[in-house]
Amino acid sequence: MGAVEVENLTKRFGDFCAVDHLNFAVETGEIFGLLGPNGAGKSTLIRMLTTLVVPSEGTARINGFDVIKNPNDVRRSIGVIPQAMTSDLDLTAVENMSIFAKLYGIPREKRRRAIDALLRAVDLEQWRDKPVKMFSGGMRRRLEIARGLVHEPSLFILDEPTTGLDPVSRVAVWEMLESLKRQRALTILVSTHYMDEADKLCDRVAIIDHGKLAALDSPLKLKASIPGKNILEAGFSSVPPGWEETLRALPDVADVKAEESVFRISSNNGPRTTTALLEAVRQAGLTLTSLSVQSTTLDDVFVHYTGHQLRDALKESVQYSSSFMYEPKQS
Amino acid sequence: MIRIWAIIERDLRRFRSSPTLMIVSMVMPLMQLVVLGYAFGGKVKHLQLGVLDQDHGGSAIKVRALAQAVAANAQTFNTVQYDDQAAALRDLRVGKINGLLEIPPAFSRKVMAGDNPRIALVEDNTDQFAASALEGSINQMLIPYNRPPVPARLTADATLSVVEVYPYVPYIQYLLPGTIVLAIFVSAMIGGGIIFIDDKARGLHEGYLVTPIRKVELILGFNLAGAAKAILSGLVLVTFGSIIAGIPDPLNLVRLARLMLLVLVTSLALISLMFLLMVRVSDPLVPRAIFGVLNTVLFFPSGAVYPIQAFPPWMRFITTIDPFTYAVHGFKQIILKNTGLMAISGDLAYLAAFTLISMVAATLLFRRTL
Ligand SMILES: Nc1ncnc2c1ncn2[C@@H]1O[C@H](COP(=O)(O)OP(=O)(O)OP(=O)(O)O)[C@@H](O)[C@H]1O
Ligand SMILES: [Mg+2]
Repeated sequence: MGAVEVENLTKRFGDFCAVDHLNFAVETGEIFGLLGPNGAGKSTLIRMLTTLVVPSEGTARINGFDVIKNPNDVRRSIGVIPQAMTSDLDLTAVENMSIFAKLYGIPREKRRRAIDALLRAVDLEQWRDKPVKMFSGGMRRRLEIARGLVHEPSLFILDEPTTGLDPVSRVAVWEMLESLKRQRALTILVSTHYMDEADKLCDRVAIIDHGKLAALDSPLKLKASIPGKNILEAGFSSVPPGWEETLRALPDVADVKAEESVFRISSNNGPRTTTALLEAVRQAGLTLTSLSVQSTTLDDVFVHYTGHQLRDALKESVQYSSSFMYEPKQS
Repeated sequence: MIRIWAIIERDLRRFRSSPTLMIVSMVMPLMQLVVLGYAFGGKVKHLQLGVLDQDHGGSAIKVRALAQAVAANAQTFNTVQYDDQAAALRDLRVGKINGLLEIPPAFSRKVMAGDNPRIALVEDNTDQFAASALEGSINQMLIPYNRPPVPARLTADATLSVVEVYPYVPYIQYLLPGTIVLAIFVSAMIGGGIIFIDDKARGLHEGYLVTPIRKVELILGFNLAGAAKAILSGLVLVTFGSIIAGIPDPLNLVRLARLMLLVLVTSLALISLMFLLMVRVSDPLVPRAIFGVLNTVLFFPSGAVYPIQAFPPWMRFITTIDPFTYAVHGFKQIILKNTGLMAISGDLAYLAAFTLISMVAATLLFRRTL
């Protein structure tokens, strides 16, 4: 039995299909990433898994409990961090946690111990009696992570826990999640639109685009599954006719994509292709205006499976960004 | 139980750390009480009454003397003498005088002949209050004119003698019961409406809803937390309001205990009404948009500022179902008449039933999903 089993899970809002017949399973003990741009349907999927949104079609089981038939068993067995920051600014760290512990019906003594241990784990011990309005975004997130674990759930579901945090805080959150997972035998389901986060943090990643599953595997295998090991991005002073064919004919080239005068060349051997490229440029009498050589990243995986770039998708989907009801808002 | 308490605790802790809003909700009704109480309660004085004497006979002089006496003693109006009717009417139009007393030519002759003598009051009726004060005062003035004091004798005229059961109730005291209910309502609107919907919009409820809390527990928690704050502002108003309005013996413990019970029941009724109205709302603009109207629709038909008997039938219908009506009635009984609980048992019963029905309805309507 997986920690999460999703079958044909679908959510429609009117004619619009936010989550489109998803099928996947999260295994116990892994960190599973949902990677997708704004509006991909990550939050909607997570809300269905956490009993907040009723699916239009399909089913999901959490730790064996059906989200529609046994919602209360589901709720007891999961810890959830919604996308919006939901800690109370006027309350202290301990008060925030204690109220949630009470909502889960945890008795006093156990409550106290759980709160102390968790605040230590997320490195907020010195801040325990300070009101949350004094906290930075990263500290607030860490507090919410601690809060989500007060009832010792076996599955921890986080919706974009690092969006809006600075790079240092993001890394701190990752480390926190990894160490919590080691200490507590947790299964973690986390959504993100950061490629590097999915890559570094997750054991397996599901790429979601327009509500559909585009690819699912470990970051390593996903990167290996697309042609080429390196990506060369080269810009030229001018582009003579047939230039793309010339590039394709270079040694070890797997694929070439043109974006105006910039070409993305996937290569199975970066150094060799680069050397040959420089020679070809010299012979054609062109000049290079830019050149970068990188290993394949999840970015390239995303482009490969969805046909567009994540950063474009992010730009395009600004219009999607859901009603302000769900926007994380500081007050 | 522990879950209901968690919801209440969260709310009260938040209130403790930022009480500004609630304090505003108590101070505002007190200010309103004072302003309205003195704005409407006082006697009208120093209106400008033009006097145009076109007769100059003995009777006319007597009328003028009486008017002078009123101006000197009761001071309801000051007199301004005119000789020219056109000038007097012009002044009336532009508001220099509030009314014009015309003594027509041949007035004295008609008085002597017993031929139905008349004087006329031309009044600026755009201000009802000023006009009726003027009218009343001149009618009063004519009584001694018509009936000079005579030795007591048997008369066939029936007279009305009024017995006042309670001490004189100034308008500010009449307003106090309504103001208390209004203060409770304002804090119900802030706590049960605005803060509730803002929390919902900020996603705080999403945090609640992923825990195994039950609908009833949530509704009870929200209602009791809101009621706690409403009770607080009710009690502040009951004590400070009574002192400000000059209710005799405002700190009488027995009466305070009775008032406390009524504050409690009223708070629960109004907060449960609020949650029932808000249970399906998610847009934070909605409560802000409807509150002004809601306030008017519930407050004025309750008889808090004007007698119910003056309302048209459709408004009396609102009066009948409006929890304000029963709360205001209850507070009037206890504050103005110092009655016992028996006199308000009907009010208490209605408010309790209203609370129960609203809470059950809110629980049924509450959606545990987004
Ligand atoms: N209640 C709703 N009614 C109508 N449309 C909705 C509703 N909730 C979400 N959507 C739409 O469904 C799509 C998916 O939204 P969702 O919030 O799941 O995306 P997301 O992947 O979480 O994006 P983000 O990164 O912005 O959080 C969006 O186009 C959104 O506008
Ligand atoms: Mg989202």
